[in-house]
Amino acid sequence: MRQESSGLSVSGLKHSYGRVQALSGVDFDLEAGAFCALLGPNGAGKSTLFSLLTRLFVPDAGSVRIGGIDLAANPGNALAKMGVVFQQPTLDLDLSVQQNMLYYAALHGVGKREAKPRIGAVLERLGMAKRAGEKVRSLNGGHRRRMEIARALLHEPSLLLLDEPTVGLDIETRRTITDHVHQLAAEERLTVLWATHLADEVNDDDRLVVINDGTIVADGLCKDIRGNQTLLQVFAELTAAKVA
Amino acid sequence: MNRALISLVAIVQREALRFVGQRGRFLAALVRPMVWLVVFAAGFRAALGLSIEPPYQTYITYEVYIVPGLCGMVQLFNGMQSSLSLVYDREMGSMRLLLTSPLPRWWLLFCKLLAGTAISIAQVYAFLFLAGLFGISFSWSGYVAVLPALVISGLMLGSLGLLLSSTIRQLENFAGVMNFVIFPMFFLSTALYPLWKMAEASTLLRDICAYNPFTHAVELIRFALHGEFNAWALLWVVLSFAIFLAASVRGYDPARGMIRRRAG
Repeated sequence: MRQESSGLSVSGLKHSYGRVQALSGVDFDLEAGAFCALLGPNGAGKSTLFSLLTRLFVPDAGSVRIGGIDLAANPGNALAKMGVVFQQPTLDLDLSVQQNMLYYAALHGVGKREAKPRIGAVLERLGMAKRAGEKVRSLNGGHRRRMEIARALLHEPSLLLLDEPTVGLDIETRRTITDHVHQLAAEERLTVLWATHLADEVNDDDRLVVINDGTIVADGLCKDIRGNQTLLQVFAELTAAKVA
Repeated sequence: MNRALISLVAIVQREALRFVGQRGRFLAALVRPMVWLVVFAAGFRAALGLSIEPPYQTYITYEVYIVPGLCGMVQLFNGMQSSLSLVYDREMGSMRLLLTSPLPRWWLLFCKLLAGTAISIAQVYAFLFLAGLFGISFSWSGYVAVLPALVISGLMLGSLGLLLSSTIRQLENFAGVMNFVIFPMFFLSTALYPLWKMAEASTLLRDICAYNPFTHAVELIRFALHGEFNAWALLWVVLSFAIFLAASVRGYDPARGMIRRRAG
């Protein structure tokens, strides 16, 4: 079910909290199988965008289509195509990895019998197979994150959303996780939207969308956007220009 | 098994696993009503004369009178505690997991409610067992008949908790819920004293008690424990449940409810 030309399409998305405009007209389109980094400083509107994409709130204006399905018109089917890794961990620390995964599978309507082999497979893919029986509390931060990514793949989504998934992790763990997800996008034709405020998590061949102050300030391949400069320099310029 | 049922089983199982993990909570849920029963009722029985009124056919001791109210209290606390755990879930993110499930949101919230109710019923039966050890027992048919009453009263009190969790911004402070929800609901009800006794003090208080849905939950439980059916109480409890549930589903609606105002 991953043949759609468009993995994620966002158009004219606006949202405000009271009088504060958090997003003022966001548009971008990801083709299926693309790895896209959504780069923006803290407070740029990344988390609001994620809340709208996952239907925690409904936008004031604009639309979201996931694999061609309109989120507002058909939330059930659209959400079923989406795997999400939230910025905050969403794990039951006192349950085992397997129990956490089974719970998630059930929330997506996948019963135990069907879920167990899938859990084995996704954990294997993320190098976590040995940890299925461990309590989540005993896992380190990197393993917990990997487990959450594995979990988000359980219902075989076509779009994977990750909201600053590497926050609080050391450099090496961050690298492993970013590599894993790049690999997933390439091998599984999974559309990935990876929100971050860390420029070093973006590869040159990645699609890059830079968001600042609720609007998109750059959109293209990372290497094209940065040109001869480092991404960090370009990012600083793009986001400083808006602030000034 | 269809998808709705799969999610129901999983949500109930998760709550049960978490509850078993929190032994302190179970103990507190039992100690609280036992203190009321053993200490408070013993001291209070001399001060309060009870007359014969339905469902009682004879004079009863104060301890017998207060047991249904304490069953209600167990469920009231449990309902509020699950509302706190919902706020906790929201802050810890697991609420997001629930809300981004492709299944209909009202169904998921209802599953949460059922899970909380199941736990409150286990607590009530454990309390009734302990009360039995202290000599306050009911007929077997009463123990059976009280089950459906506990289901509906548990759902009603749970939905009140759900409503609170959807409307109140932060519930970290349990004292606030104690002061503004649990205490008024509990004391302005027939849990500790019958309506006519309240009327002696003030007709206004009596009227408040008569409208308090918790009063009707307690009366439903009281009648059921004595093998009788109180249709009026059932109607009130069902009505309150429907209102609380509808309001909380609205509260959790991404387009309309209070959830919209929160960034997190």
